[in-house]
Amino acid sequence: MNIRVRLFASLRERLQLDQVELSAEGLTTVADVWQALTGEPWSRQVLAAVNWEYALPETEVKAGDEVAFFPPVTGG
Amino acid sequence: MAVTLLAKPFDPWAELCAYQERLKRGDYGACASFVGTMRDFNQGDLVEAMFLEHYPGMTERELGRIVGEASARWGFLDALVIHRVGEIRPGDPIVLVAVWSAHRGPAFDACRFIVEALKARVPLWKKEKLPRGVRWVRPSQS
Repeated sequence: MNIRVRLFASLRERLQLDQVELSAEGLTTVADVWQALTGEPWSRQVLAAVNWEYALPETEVKAGDEVAFFPPVTGG
Repeated sequence: MAVTLLAKPFDPWAELCAYQERLKRGDYGACASFVGTMRDFNQGDLVEAMFLEHYPGMTERELGRIVGEASARWGFLDALVIHRVGEIRPGDPIVLVAVWSAHRGPAFDACRFIVEALKARVPLWKKEKLPRGVRWVRPSQS
């Protein structure tokens, strides 16, 4: 089973990636998913969500989850 | 309570009136509203248009959570939130927040709370089209 990863706004453009499926094997936390995706350590500039709810880098993930990364929001 | 994302221009005042028609007359003594509209300038630059990207699925949920939090805190009668996504032109309304309550205090306070929480938490991102190129808007304090 996989974890679906989605990216938005300037982060999507920088990584040139809209969404991707990663094998959940070896991925325990949000920060693990970020590291697997980008090869970079966790960045405080990045916001994360798991299953459409805000998450922390240490939030646990499992197969079937949707994990999203995005920059600070600018709606309203 | 209603939370809606719209990909096309809308008239916030017509939406507010239509929604209020459905509420029971006599229940509410106050309605506070906020309408955010697109400017044609930002940070000293002319802005020709804007694209509002969002996270389908989470945007609606986060808006709903914010309205739920406000409702739990102020116990108002009803609330309507409409937010644009997609291509927006200067002068177009971007967001409507309206709160109905028996008295003015909860209506004012809940409306302000919803607007501020929306700007801080809802996954929406503005990309501006300038005469020379495009840029992502950075979060501001006001």
